[in-house]
Amino acid sequence: MRKIILLVVFSIAICSIIYSCQNASEMEQAKYMTGGKDLYIANCQNCHGANGEGLGELAPPLTDSTFLKENKAQLACIIKNGSNKGVVINGKNYQGKMPAFSKLHDIDLAQVIVYVTNSFGNKQGMYTYEQVANDLATCK
Amino acid sequence: MIKFKNISSILALLFLTINFTACTNEKKLPIYGQREAKIVKEKDGTQRVDTVYQTIPAFKFLNQDSTYITQDMFKGKIYVADFFFTSCTTICPTMHRNLKTVYEQYKGNPDILFLSHTIDFKYDKPSVLKKYAQKLGVDVPQWQFVYGSKDEIYNLAEKSYLTVVKEDSTATDGYIHQGWLVLIDKEKRMRGAYDGTKTEEVEKLKKDIVTLLAEEKK
Repeated sequence: MRKIILLVVFSIAICSIIYSCQNASEMEQAKYMTGGKDLYIANCQNCHGANGEGLGELAPPLTDSTFLKENKAQLACIIKNGSNKGVVINGKNYQGKMPAFSKLHDIDLAQVIVYVTNSFGNKQGMYTYEQVANDLATCK
Repeated sequence: MIKFKNISSILALLFLTINFTACTNEKKLPIYGQREAKIVKEKDGTQRVDTVYQTIPAFKFLNQDSTYITQDMFKGKIYVADFFFTSCTTICPTMHRNLKTVYEQYKGNPDILFLSHTIDFKYDKPSVLKKYAQKLGVDVPQWQFVYGSKDEIYNLAEKSYLTVVKEDSTATDGYIHQGWLVLIDKEKRMRGAYDGTKTEEVEKLKKDIVTLLAEEKK
């Protein structure tokens, strides 16, 4: 009997440790999301829209999860340095120039990318500022 | 006799109330700009004071189809005017996103037009405006995008549409300008100005267009 009680207590403890760990990372992501939302409103929303819908053919939508997933490592570069390559989203060609947001720091980029890739129907999870630094080093 | 007096006073009161409610129903938009009083002579020799309101002066600009357009196009119509430039990344996208919702509401309505002036006289030639209009999804005669010389456009903006526009190399995209959407009536008078970057002001513009259209119908 004692063994069973001990086992139950032990497994509850393990479970709660795992659970709280998950909570901590969730909380970190929530922090990134709030910061990212503010940055998005200040820097991105005028072209890409409050719901990531884009603007005609002037600015591409951010609702296409395939592009965002496949080019995730390039997102920081595109935001920080701008881009005039143009993109094709859902078969539509967007040739508009993306301006450079060189004033944004790695942490800002991480937050805004976490916000974009977890909003508008995207759900890619966490992306830290360390990853931003890595990705920025390999800008094409 | 007393009874009759009562009835007539009640009637008078009723009549007044109806008049008052009629007045409040007849909402009118203010008329902006400078005005002056002018004494006009009637045919029978009597004199009368008339108010002369500020109006939009005649203009001639190249539009997105490289055709000259003048005020003739806006004769007997109300229109919404604004100032922007195609490479603007700050307030213009929001302004035009919002103005586009107004346009969608009145698409095909012959009584209302849209007129966007570019303030980038260096780069925004008609072909650039054409591309912009196409990409915004509004390349139609109802929404005109026009190009003019710096002096013409800047003077018109400041003196007639009361909108500040300026070249400034320190600004993000090289220009400073205000994001007003200006409502002009059939008599070329300015009847309202709304911040095109704020959705609640654009909602007010939509309401005021309804009021103005109703007013002009009479």
